[in-house]
Amino acid sequence: MYTASDLRKGLKVIIDDEPYIVTAFEFSKPGKGQALYRTKLRNMITGLTIDRTYREGETFEPASLEERAMQFLYKEGDHYHFMDNETYEQIIISEESLGDAKNFLIENFNLEVLLFRDRAIGVELPNFVNLRVIKTEPWVRGDTSKADFKPATLETGYVLRVPPFIEEGELITIDTRTGEFSKRVKE
Amino acid sequence: MAKNWPLVRRKKALQQRARILQGIRQFFIEKSYMEVETPHRIPTPAPESHIDAISSGSWFLHTSPELSMKRMMAAGYEKIFQICRCWREKERGSLHLPEFTLLEWYRAEGDYHLLMEECEELIRFVATAIGLGEKLIFSGREIDLSRPWERISVEEAFRCYSKTSMSKALEQNLFDEMVVQDIEPRLGLIKPAFIYDYPAERGALARIKQEDPTVAERFELYIGGLELANGFSELVDSEEQRRRFHMENENRHSFGKPIYSMPDKFLAELDHMPPSAGIALGVDRLVMVFLDIKTIDEVVAFTPEDL
Repeated sequence: MYTASDLRKGLKVIIDDEPYIVTAFEFSKPGKGQALYRTKLRNMITGLTIDRTYREGETFEPASLEERAMQFLYKEGDHYHFMDNETYEQIIISEESLGDAKNFLIENFNLEVLLFRDRAIGVELPNFVNLRVIKTEPWVRGDTSKADFKPATLETGYVLRVPPFIEEGELITIDTRTGEFSKRVKE
Repeated sequence: MAKNWPLVRRKKALQQRARILQGIRQFFIEKSYMEVETPHRIPTPAPESHIDAISSGSWFLHTSPELSMKRMMAAGYEKIFQICRCWREKERGSLHLPEFTLLEWYRAEGDYHLLMEECEELIRFVATAIGLGEKLIFSGREIDLSRPWERISVEEAFRCYSKTSMSKALEQNLFDEMVVQDIEPRLGLIKPAFIYDYPAERGALARIKQEDPTVAERFELYIGGLELANGFSELVDSEEQRRRFHMENENRHSFGKPIYSMPDKFLAELDHMPPSAGIALGVDRLVMVFLDIKTIDEVVAFTPEDL
């Protein structure tokens, strides 16, 4: 059991029988009044965010999510198909439930699928993934007038900002927590 | 050999903080206040419903110097101030540190209205001392420091800013929630604002208003939505004070919090205290407001997490 004073960003709790993750957290204490814990929570199934204020001493059931190693197979419309690496069982997760993770999925990619009461509700990505740049403007050597970053499209269709020296066809590392360029991969 | 970069970055803010502290001292010296020091480690804190002390052996670290300073007032020290560290259990957020710096001052022959004026004078004096003029920028707003500042009663504030009335909020036990959600973010946005006349049960050590026994002569100062100070006309009746402490302890018990023993020496001397007014002002937050800094971590050298 958690109490209100355990609340912090990233904590997963059960509210009205559904799993939520704390996305924003603020401690308030109006003069001579009680401690209040103001939170934004995202429903891990529907993706919807709610605002809730809790008092000191209120308790929460931790949302215990099962993680299973799976492989991303393919995408069909809004449906993403995965396969359990042990049982070979196939499951589907909707684009909505995947959130930003969809930007980093390529076929045969291995990751952890999160299950809540046997229902797949999302994925846990590694902090860093390597993906190939399929489109970006060429770098004009010696040109200092251009900005420090330029847009690049990855093989997943995701567009991000990269340093000017990155060329089409190169492999780069992306921080999945921020969605930003991390480094160039030497092949 | 790692250099502490956050601490390097805070140097400018900490230099300004030092100037602010000097400005505060200068103000009180010029107003003939005497600087005092009272023990940080005390046998028992004042019983208040929602203020929890950190224990230190079988004693406690003080949550404010209030009781000791009032004992000095009762002994005839008429205008005193103190700048000291205080400790409160489990208070941590972008506006809270469990160890923080409080400025408290007390004066005989004065009530909470007089203190509001003194607050205006102090903050304007310090603003000048650190080279700010009549205006400051905080949290994206330009705040006008020219006198008089805004004054609004708690009841009026509920009428203006909340869909709920003050009496309804109290009845539904949602007073704090409404203050935090509806009222605080609207206070002191154009000029600093004093919000005054709190429900009687929200001021365990404040005098009850003669014309209206449902409210206490207590106020808070807000600048740009940030609570900076809490002041009141002091309760100087020991019997009434003892009764209120018992009520606060009953509340504590009902919340499952430890009960504090009666501060008997304070109560025994309280009847000698002249009619007075006293106030506590959060120095860390004052620095935040003057320097337009959003988190309290950036105005101290070390947070608990940095140690």
